[in-house]
Amino acid sequence: MSPAGAPGPAGEKLLDVVDLAKTFPNGTRAADDVSFTVARGETLGVVGESGCGKSTTAKMVLRLLQPDRGAVTFAGTDVLRAHGRDLKEVRRRLQLVPQNPQTSFNPRLTVRSSLEFNLRAHGVARRTWRSTVDDMLVRCGLRAEQGDSYPHELSGGQLQRAAIARALVTGPDLVVCDEAVSALDKSVQAQVLNLLAELQADLGVSYLFISHDLSVVEHISDRVLVMYLGRVVEQATAGSLYRDPAHPYTRALLSSAPGAPGERIVLTGEPPDPADPPSGCTFRTRCPWVMDKCAADRPLLEVTPAGSLAACHLNLTSPPALAAPSPA
Amino acid sequence: MTSPTETPGTAPARPGAPAPTAGPTLEVTGLTTTFDRGGRQVLAVRGVDVSVGPGESLVLLGESGSGKSVTIRSILRLYGSSARHTGSVVLGEEDLMQLDPAAVRAVRGRTIAMVPQDPNGSLDPLRPVGRQLEQVLRLHGVVDDRRAARARALELLALVGIPSPARVAGSHPHELSGGMRQRVAIAIAVACDPVVLLADEPTTALDVTVQSQILDLFGDLQERLGTALLLVTHDVSVAADVADRVAVMYAGSIVEEGPAQQVLENPRHPYTQALLDAIPRPTSERGHLKAIPGSPPVAGTGFHGCSFADRCALAEESCRTQPPALLPVADGHRAACPVANPVVAA
Repeated sequence: MSPAGAPGPAGEKLLDVVDLAKTFPNGTRAADDVSFTVARGETLGVVGESGCGKSTTAKMVLRLLQPDRGAVTFAGTDVLRAHGRDLKEVRRRLQLVPQNPQTSFNPRLTVRSSLEFNLRAHGVARRTWRSTVDDMLVRCGLRAEQGDSYPHELSGGQLQRAAIARALVTGPDLVVCDEAVSALDKSVQAQVLNLLAELQADLGVSYLFISHDLSVVEHISDRVLVMYLGRVVEQATAGSLYRDPAHPYTRALLSSAPGAPGERIVLTGEPPDPADPPSGCTFRTRCPWVMDKCAADRPLLEVTPAGSLAACHLNLTSPPALAAPSPA
Repeated sequence: MTSPTETPGTAPARPGAPAPTAGPTLEVTGLTTTFDRGGRQVLAVRGVDVSVGPGESLVLLGESGSGKSVTIRSILRLYGSSARHTGSVVLGEEDLMQLDPAAVRAVRGRTIAMVPQDPNGSLDPLRPVGRQLEQVLRLHGVVDDRRAARARALELLALVGIPSPARVAGSHPHELSGGMRQRVAIAIAVACDPVVLLADEPTTALDVTVQSQILDLFGDLQERLGTALLLVTHDVSVAADVADRVAVMYAGSIVEEGPAQQVLENPRHPYTQALLDAIPRPTSERGHLKAIPGSPPVAGTGFHGCSFADRCALAEESCRTQPPALLPVADGHRAACPVANPVVAA
């Protein structure tokens, strides 16, 4: 349902997600018609506040969670219907770096054993394990002998490097990074962000980079999706999103980051209950620019004058540079 | 509509703040905190000096393990007998370090109060939040009877920006959103009109749009009540947003302290500089962030010289043997680095 003229990825399409939807048994609408693509060698950032559906979307892409409807195509394979050897191949090429390495490593296995486990699962010949693991640990800025450490013997930054090595050891095309640097101290976070960029340049891997941290997403991403209450509200190249945000939510999010320049758009209240989202536009209950139309019609993603995609009725009626209208 | 621009010299005085002749509200001198870990002595805070005046905001900025949270918990003497302290914590006329436990309990929550990081851990899940607020008021004898406590509780909930206080007062914590719970925790902290408010990462668990609301609330309360604020955070942008002054902590010590703008725009300690450089900015090229090598030392690690020497680009041989002193580098601005700030004969 991507409209024509949308800012698509420049290179070969690696991942194609169409209209993914998921409602949990408790009524929470975690994802509502989420569509996007990721090109080979590209980083697509996903930002949004807690409960916006960014992690749910990632889990469906990884087929850790079955969507209610929608399609995920990865390198020509239908991920949601793949089985047997095809599914295994998808899993080898589609890896995850989770938020907290302390809980994603088995505390009773050495880091090396955890990495080898990933190789074994994908049928890599045992004689190559040692050299493959050593090589990847070194690439990720660890010493090969640190592979023999247990998780508790490494610092948070070192263990996150090991988690990245574990994801890359099978030679994936796409790595989903779910808040992969959020738990790290800033001084260490910069090291890991540099490592991710370096690995991308060397290996040509793509990232689906999920984070609530706007400055980190801007730094690492080529394009960015902004999600609110289960929906994509804006999609743009990283540069234009931060320079020229179109959707009111994106504007508020950027302006409320402490230290952001310009006048702050203070949103009243908090995101509504995702089990009972507002009609029409889900952001209308907090939007300073709300109109009558917003309650009646759900805005679809449309090309903005700036060339991004945004789901807002204002885009159709206002000039590209929205002068802040008086909220009265 | 033109946005008002800041003109130097027209900064309005804080209405609630007492006359500037008043000394610091809270003065911490030479504070150390030592934990006994199975016979091993762990020095988590190694001689911290901070002071904060009425209506002023001081931010303790540091990474995990820097001792910033231990510092404010030590000020409240929350570790009880599990920690040993030296130094003094003077609040008004009293040194909290010299008081007996009962006297400390009377002060805590009354003249000095704390807003926790995670209100889920500090609110009682089984009782309506209004009751919890009333309890604090009655415990400290701020109100005479239950009826007065009830009325004051509703006033406090309104003060912290809760839209329908009566409904929220009857709610249990799980019925409220994260931002609302944090507002309730702040209402409890300011219930007895404390002169000092301590806050430990009060917005870290919140979404960014809610975080800005809570930070605004602190500023608003300080203006109205003239409270001194000592806030702990790891987030440079939060510090930039709320601080009048910033103290940067590393490995249990303050390495730099001064007016917020000076410290964050013209840092005089290599660690502060490196920390600011490590943050992604619109201008930083991907893959070329200026990362600090290595990782912060584990809390309680011992040092001979400067604790940052192992990661510092400017480190000299003397840095590994001579512990640097926190010395003035500009008006009201101190830094603990003799290499970046060589002493000039005055």
